[in-house]
Amino acid sequence: MANNEIRFLNPPTVEVKKKKYCRFKKAHIKYVDYKDAEFLKRFLNEQGKILPRRITGTSLKFQRKTAQAIKRARHLALLPYVTDLLK
Amino acid sequence: MLKQYETVFIATPVLSEDQMKEAVEKYRDFIVADGGEIVWEEDWGLRKLAYPIEKKTTGFYHLFEFKADSQFIAKLETQYRRDERIIRFLTFAMDKDAIAYAERRRNNKKEAVKE
Repeated sequence: MANNEIRFLNPPTVEVKKKKYCRFKKAHIKYVDYKDAEFLKRFLNEQGKILPRRITGTSLKFQRKTAQAIKRARHLALLPYVTDLLK
Repeated sequence: MLKQYETVFIATPVLSEDQMKEAVEKYRDFIVADGGEIVWEEDWGLRKLAYPIEKKTTGFYHLFEFKADSQFIAKLETQYRRDERIIRFLTFAMDKDAIAYAERRRNNKKEAVKE
């Protein structure tokens, strides 16, 4: 009878789920400024695309505000529409 | 009732310093002449653009924060479109959070100047 339990080389690391929080609610930020390109860059990936909520963990209300601010910043050429290495 | 607006425009880097001043002057008088009231003004000077606009990679940025009535905005934007020195502009109405934020930003700007 093959011993049915499988022994792993190293214990399987179970992904500890970090509780995501909305940084705007926590910091009581009310308004996302489109002129502040440095702050908005945290919500863009390397190609300059907007990060989804499941990654940044922001609430729906503030995700819309940041997306609006990012699009305004792009219109004013403070942020690029597409780039290869933003960071 | 006068609503509060914020407008930013980019002027072509080709024009000299005084042409830029003259353009800014023209828009400031235009706002005030129509019964508007300038609350705050910021000149970011020559800045590098994130992507070339009309084959130019730098531009003079200028910001106006003003109170005006809503019909005036259409007139302001037609002025922007007609003026070939301005290559890009953005006007937006400020809600109460935006006004509070701009208030705070102005105060710490003033402190920075004082130090």
